[in-house]
Amino acid sequence: MPAKSKAKTKPAAKKPVKKITRPTPRARVSKGGVRVLVGTRKGAFILTSDAKRKDWKVSGPHFAGWEIYHFNGSPADPNRLYVSQSSGWFGQIIQRSNDGGKTWETPGGGPEQAPDGMPRGESNKFVYDGEVGTHQWYDGTQHPWEFKRVWQLKPSFTDPDTVYAGVEDAALFRSTDGGRTWQELPGLRRTKGHLWQPGAGGMCLHTILLDPGNPNRIFVAISAAGAFRTDDGGQTWRPINRGLVSPYELPDAAAEVGHCVHNLAMHPARPNVLFMQKHWDVLRTDDAGDNWHEISGNLPSDFGFPIAVNAHEPNTVYVVPIKSDSEHYPPEGKLRVYRSRTGGNQWEALTKGLPQSDCYVNVLRSALAVDTLDKCGIYFGTTGGQVYASANNGDSWQAIVRDLPPVLSVEVQTLA
Amino acid sequence: MIRVIIPHHLRTLAGVSNEVTLMVTERLTLGAALDALEAQYPVLRGTIRDHITLKRRPFIRFFACGQDWSHHPYETPLPEAVENGSEPLRIVGAMAGG
Repeated sequence: MPAKSKAKTKPAAKKPVKKITRPTPRARVSKGGVRVLVGTRKGAFILTSDAKRKDWKVSGPHFAGWEIYHFNGSPADPNRLYVSQSSGWFGQIIQRSNDGGKTWETPGGGPEQAPDGMPRGESNKFVYDGEVGTHQWYDGTQHPWEFKRVWQLKPSFTDPDTVYAGVEDAALFRSTDGGRTWQELPGLRRTKGHLWQPGAGGMCLHTILLDPGNPNRIFVAISAAGAFRTDDGGQTWRPINRGLVSPYELPDAAAEVGHCVHNLAMHPARPNVLFMQKHWDVLRTDDAGDNWHEISGNLPSDFGFPIAVNAHEPNTVYVVPIKSDSEHYPPEGKLRVYRSRTGGNQWEALTKGLPQSDCYVNVLRSALAVDTLDKCGIYFGTTGGQVYASANNGDSWQAIVRDLPPVLSVEVQTLA
Repeated sequence: MIRVIIPHHLRTLAGVSNEVTLMVTERLTLGAALDALEAQYPVLRGTIRDHITLKRRPFIRFFACGQDWSHHPYETPLPEAVENGSEPLRIVGAMAGG
């Protein structure tokens, strides 16, 4: 299928930006600095710096040779880290650290005995609940769900042992014992799952957002199914895709499910406001996903993968535009992060310190993150192996490392 | 005691070097050898064969005494040379990826 020059063919749908007056959280001034958790095609890396974020130490590769789709830390205990380690040969492994990445274990993978005398080793056991069911396949037939890997690990805000896993084929699992065992929240797949279909990267649940003030509310995003929300702790779910329009991907452009949502972002002080990078289009909701409107505005392309919100400015949003669905590199060979300080529609290019010629890398959906220092730090990794950091809200950038394997994910911990 | 050689990445995962030795008290079959390996190293569960179906992962192969046992049923007896430890069972990560 030819690439779309979408910006020229689609009318801009601009709506007034809603003015938000709720208070923003105080900046977290820290002497401890930051720990950047990087997942790559060939291992995990830990990048550390003090609060100035100028001088960096690089540790790794950890789990050398394995794909690290996601690497994340617990907000409740920064020393508790979780890693999704996978391989086309050997499948899925979950690694856990209790000391900030100095040592690692596969939870329950040691030679301990369960009550029935059999060894456990179930930290990598992701079994769909009940009838496996089927989803749309590339040829239009129904295809059974098959577990492939964990795309995202999202630890709870309050309990280091509670962590959610978004997996391919798309489903949501939860562990309440530190990753030793996993249970599916099957209500999600019952939400029109037979209409979900794999995108080019597989049928993956890649984004999990927890509401910091409401433990019963969870948002997830799936390629290619769309965004979903639960308000009862994961028992029941509803599609939240009203306002998404996908004329190049779906026969019914405004279908209830089937959209290729690439990423969601939320500011913790404003959990009803979400930002979305869709396959094409950048969107926003002000009512927890009940209605979305486009905020692509003056972006050079509204195709892209990641999206993030500034830690101290809930209306400041970051995206990294990519030229098109088949040309996964920055327009004009210029690596530009785009920032909107108005909650969308008005975007400015951030270029200082980023390559502005002959740059044809991509930034994947989980490879953009922010810290909570003042000024807010912004971090992203590329498929060319660079990890760039800004210590001033994106005004200027430096490469922390330049030659890692292709970067799959970036998360940041702000350390006390 | 039987000897089993596992791929580099699984040796790292299990925290072992070179080959591992396992006690198998029943008649040695491919399935009995894998059961014993996973019982001694639970972290390997799911990495060689599926947790539930026990189906061999696609890029894993089982070699012993110059033969490929990958497509044999798990209840297939392995050669006496493997059973008495003079030859190892080799679990191999198959060539893939170009």
